[in-house]
Amino acid sequence: MKRLLSFIITVLVLTGVMAFTTPGLLDRVRLGLDLKGGFEILYHAEPMETGGTLTRASLQKTAESLEKRANALGTSEPEVTTEGTDRIRLKIAGVTDEAEVRKKMKEPAVLTFRSAAEGDATGVYSKIELVGSDFVENAAEVQRNNLNQPEISITVKDKKKFAEITERLLGKELAIYLDDQLLGNPPVVRAVLTDGKASISGNYTIDEARALADTINLGALPLKLTEKYSQSVGATLGKQSLDQTITAGLVGSLIILIFMMAMYRLPGVLASFALILHTWLLILVFVIADFTLTLPGIAAFILGIGMAVDANIITNERIREEMRSGKSILSSVKAGNKTSFRTVMDANVTTIIVAAVMFAFGTGAVKGFALILIVEIVLSIATNLYFAHWLLTVLVKAGTLKKPKQFGVKESDIRAL
Amino acid sequence: MRFKKDMDFVHLSKYFFIFSIVITVLGVIFLGFMGLNYSVDFKAGSNVDVSLSKNITQEQLQPALDSLGLSHEPNITIGDKRVNIRYDEELDNEQSAALKTAITKLDDKASFEVNTVDPEMAKELARNAIYSVLLSSLGIIVYVSIRFEWRFAVAAIVALLHDAFMVVAIFSIFRLEVDLTFIVAVLTIIGYSINDTIVIFDRIRENLRFGKQKSYEDLKALVNKSVSQTLMRSLYTAFTVFIAAFFLLILGGESIKMFSLAMVIGLLFGAYSSIFIASPLWLLLKKRQKVAVKNNPAKA
Repeated sequence: MKRLLSFIITVLVLTGVMAFTTPGLLDRVRLGLDLKGGFEILYHAEPMETGGTLTRASLQKTAESLEKRANALGTSEPEVTTEGTDRIRLKIAGVTDEAEVRKKMKEPAVLTFRSAAEGDATGVYSKIELVGSDFVENAAEVQRNNLNQPEISITVKDKKKFAEITERLLGKELAIYLDDQLLGNPPVVRAVLTDGKASISGNYTIDEARALADTINLGALPLKLTEKYSQSVGATLGKQSLDQTITAGLVGSLIILIFMMAMYRLPGVLASFALILHTWLLILVFVIADFTLTLPGIAAFILGIGMAVDANIITNERIREEMRSGKSILSSVKAGNKTSFRTVMDANVTTIIVAAVMFAFGTGAVKGFALILIVEIVLSIATNLYFAHWLLTVLVKAGTLKKPKQFGVKESDIRAL
Repeated sequence: MRFKKDMDFVHLSKYFFIFSIVITVLGVIFLGFMGLNYSVDFKAGSNVDVSLSKNITQEQLQPALDSLGLSHEPNITIGDKRVNIRYDEELDNEQSAALKTAITKLDDKASFEVNTVDPEMAKELARNAIYSVLLSSLGIIVYVSIRFEWRFAVAAIVALLHDAFMVVAIFSIFRLEVDLTFIVAVLTIIGYSINDTIVIFDRIRENLRFGKQKSYEDLKALVNKSVSQTLMRSLYTAFTVFIAAFFLLILGGESIKMFSLAMVIGLLFGAYSSIFIASPLWLLLKKRQKVAVKNNPAKA
């Protein structure tokens, strides 16, 4: 009686917890762009100048810079990740104006101070005196000059260097470029500037000045980026994919559960319960570990469900076999659990090996697929092996399961000992 | 349901070996001459998928496409409330925006998926997938050799590569489109195939423990018995996984159609190879050992 009670309590509590938490959990599953719509670009990063080096730090810095830009666009939760040694992946959900995103991301905003080199025609300034990294970060701010005109002030990191430059260029023009665009009229250096502050003035409105200061503050990307791959999925299309996939998944799962129950009767019901628990745990892991569900993820999910069903089928077939050989129910269940355990472990370990290699070698979709598969197998071992075995053993020991018929075994099939 | 008498799977497998070899040869020929029908994922270019609220015809669409003024004609596939337009050249921002605007004029509820790809990426993904398959084969060989014996490992790997190749061959023969999800599908099939094969091998290993198998006939009977014992389980498992993949194929929508199709084909081959390829192959390998033992008793 005690055993039966612990069985009932376990099942009821778990059912309650699952029923209560599932809607909330489902809402919190992070969906990939292929399922909810959005925009993704994979960039290949190169050093700005040929021969330059690409470091981990510069890649990281570029990614951060991209993230800042994406945030500045006001999109929700942009996702910027580095991949390998020279790639950056950018994902933005719910974007309608891709062209705008692309432009903002690319907007290199390389601020340079240039002077005319020898042989330059009038109005051409080819000698770069200062580059973006010579300025203090986030140093650009809007001020008003004596004439109440908005101007942008920037702080230079190395005061001496700036003093030296201004001294050398006294009376000459020092042009300010944002990328290859000349800002305002090149000012003429009128004094040696020793306080390390430079200002850009032009006929800006206050809004224009602010926008310019923001662009300068976003800074130059330390690396040159080229688009390798881009994907944009309309929100409707993504939603449609998600809905269709979920419908397909539900119909498929339902048939599998009905099949299990029809085929294995009460143990089939237990197996179905373990399968549902398995699915619930997987969703829980998705939420806790903040995984993103994508179409390949759904593939791994299906394979995992298939293997979990397989584990249950192997166990139950084995138990039936033992019963047909004439063993008592309890010893059939014991022997069946034991022998099937080894089989299922072998089968799962080999699949884990495959998945682990894929995880180590793969990129993007393949990596995600492999990770989900590994998680699923581990969960499946916990639920469909240990938990399902336990449920079954408890019921048998409690005396609730004592007829071969309850296992879907015909009396006539049982061999006499 | 049970089989009163063990079926002679080993005998049957001769025909299936021939069947597999024929498809393999066909596959090699098709792959060699025609290659695979790669989707835009593997070619430079842009792929535009449009989901519509109503059906539109090519005539309606054409002016919209012409207005872009691209030199190459795109490849257009019109489905039910769905249009796929594929360009061999990469659309730039303005072009893709212009295309969207033009189509939105035809149907204001249109939703787009635009993929622009540098083919290097897809090739890299495919290359990595192939490395993964080879390296995981190595891992499986080691694991199975330790847990079982090397003959099982070899047979399992042959079955696994067989399944993967069959799907690739079928896609090549029927000119089905190979996209990135196809790679994931093939990897899924490999995972399933190895799982399926190991279960049967486990049974053979277990049966090997009971009594000595003196002759090839004994071993053959053992394989037949083992396959029979696990047959119901193999069929049920294949059935349940098949159901999941099948519903994904018919209900799962356009974007994973090729994925689901590859899965369905692969799952069938996975179940088939576990029964008719892997186990008989193990027997073939084992038979050699027996012969060797007979000729050279000192080594036994």
